[in-house]
Amino acid sequence: MKIIVCVKQVPDTSGKVAVNEDGTLNRASMATITNPDDLNAVEAALALKDQTGAEVTVLCMGPPPAEGMLREILARGADRAVLISGREFGGSDTYATSQIISAAIKKIGLGDEDVVFCGRQAIDGDTAQVGSQIAEKLNLPQVSYAADLKKEGNTLTVKRMLEDGYMTIQVQTPCLITCIKELNEPRYMSVAGIFDCYSMPYEVFDYETLKDDPLVDPSTIGLKGSPTNIFKSFTPPQKGVGVMLEGSDKDTCDKLAGTLAAKHII
Amino acid sequence: MDFHLSKEHEMLRKMYREFAETEVKPLAEEVDETEEAPMGTIEKMGKLGMLGIYFPKKYGGAGGDVLSYAMCVEELSKVCGTTGVIVSAHTSLCCAPIFEHGTEEQKMKYLPKLCSGEWMGAFGLTEPNAGTDAQGQQTTAEDMGDHWLLNGSKIFITNAGFAHVFVIIAVTGMTTDKKGRKRKEISAFIVERDFPGFSVGKHEKKMGIRGSSTCELVMEDCVVPKENLLGKLSGGFKIAMQTLDGGRIGIASQALGLGEGAVEEAVKYTKERVQFGKRISQFQNTQFQLADMHTRMQASQFLVYSAAMKKQNHEPYSMDAAMAKLFAAEAASDVTRRAVQLFGGYGYTREYPVERMMRDAKITEIYEGTSEVQRMVIAGALGVN
Repeated sequence: MKIIVCVKQVPDTSGKVAVNEDGTLNRASMATITNPDDLNAVEAALALKDQTGAEVTVLCMGPPPAEGMLREILARGADRAVLISGREFGGSDTYATSQIISAAIKKIGLGDEDVVFCGRQAIDGDTAQVGSQIAEKLNLPQVSYAADLKKEGNTLTVKRMLEDGYMTIQVQTPCLITCIKELNEPRYMSVAGIFDCYSMPYEVFDYETLKDDPLVDPSTIGLKGSPTNIFKSFTPPQKGVGVMLEGSDKDTCDKLAGTLAAKHII
Repeated sequence: MDFHLSKEHEMLRKMYREFAETEVKPLAEEVDETEEAPMGTIEKMGKLGMLGIYFPKKYGGAGGDVLSYAMCVEELSKVCGTTGVIVSAHTSLCCAPIFEHGTEEQKMKYLPKLCSGEWMGAFGLTEPNAGTDAQGQQTTAEDMGDHWLLNGSKIFITNAGFAHVFVIIAVTGMTTDKKGRKRKEISAFIVERDFPGFSVGKHEKKMGIRGSSTCELVMEDCVVPKENLLGKLSGGFKIAMQTLDGGRIGIASQALGLGEGAVEEAVKYTKERVQFGKRISQFQNTQFQLADMHTRMQASQFLVYSAAMKKQNHEPYSMDAAMAKLFAAEAASDVTRRAVQLFGGYGYTREYPVERMMRDAKITEIYEGTSEVQRMVIAGALGVN
């Protein structure tokens, strides 16, 4: 059994956000982290590995420095890492990105028992589109917003988190699952994992590696293949610190009314 | 010469820091208050390989190096001195002598369980009348033919409350040296908690590292199997001294972390605290204090890492470990005290962690050889006698 986990390196939004003149993010000048939801996807994969002995491949599209992040995921317990990286892929939006990642998954190969895990969404774009688009392009059944999951044989039972409740559904492998933070608690890297991670299998898929796949066409990848245009990126102005009033009695209500009146809201 | 950490060490630092911030820091105050060791944290550290960092995988270790161990104790101690010393005593004082002096059978029997945290380790050298002066030992081990019989008591034994494996130093005979003086022959033994005649006595109430379990050990006709002699008969003094050399790197790392943790807290606080209409970080006294504090800790770090690398590379490191511990311990005591001063009245309360750090730091000038003993070791290595 094989598990593929898709991960993304994202700017650390707890720091300052830098924007290029053309409105896109200046990723090079910002500190990076592994996208938080993707760590839940990694943990889901590693937990299934603990249970079934499956091989876990971690897959990322990004610039060469993303290697550091992939090595960290190997140190958590993944078996193999693949970085999809090439100038031709730069500027891809979710449509173009999912074209390329789908081609890479086809290259790695997906068997009857296999599962692809993605994080729900990345904290930079917040689109939650790439996972679903990969599933569509690979013609895989998909379950999004997984908050719990069990695998028995070739069947996965997944609890999806919806806005107003849960939905439990079963799906056959091969399939794609997008994960949310309620699913699990990501494990730490281990000391032994860290000492081993630079000698573990690591490959780079560039344009040459993937160009024969029909999904990877100059008109469907990179900036040119991206239907999305970004007009502007900016850091929203900070709101003032809110005041919390505790209690449900009359005094608290008076305090609330008084505060609102003082600000001329009522 | 390259002062940069390798990619692996950078990654380890990140992992230790995440673990310390998430798992250790939230418990530090409670551990100090209740004087209870954080057993849940110990279990988690065992799973992550933090309790056998520099031992080979063959023995259940993580296959790392001494530097990565020193960094682990440092990062833990930045937020909790107790958790730092638990790892230090376990690794340096119990796992290390078994790894360095044990037979293959002893290593295979004890190290995997120690490295995984299933068993914790401790070291019994100190007695009411003998610490670094090992010749004062009164605990005896008598050869009974098919077993050893240990009698005596040990005091101030770190991790004793929950440890399962103890490396115990005891007198096995008398000899006359070249100058005609009577000398005690000393040997080391691996003693398990449930061996007949072994018990853990009084739990010390301490000024700092209060969650660290410091107890008395009592051996009354304690039966120890023949095969549990560690190293050669009469080789115990050398084992004890080498173990202390290694232990000093651990304690120096603890002191380093405590001092660095106090600097971090003081930098954060002085940038927030406003007096006389200014952040107190804007006063030159604050700036100069913090500059001195950080410089002392940075110098400590170089000494500690250098000693760790020498041990790793099997170079003589006894003097390096003594210098690292002497300097880092005195720096930690000074820096944590100054941090309390920068916090003013708040620093003296338990609302902030710096008073705990100050209490924790003091012990680093005392255990694993006092600062005075470190100076003796250094002077001895310089040939000044």
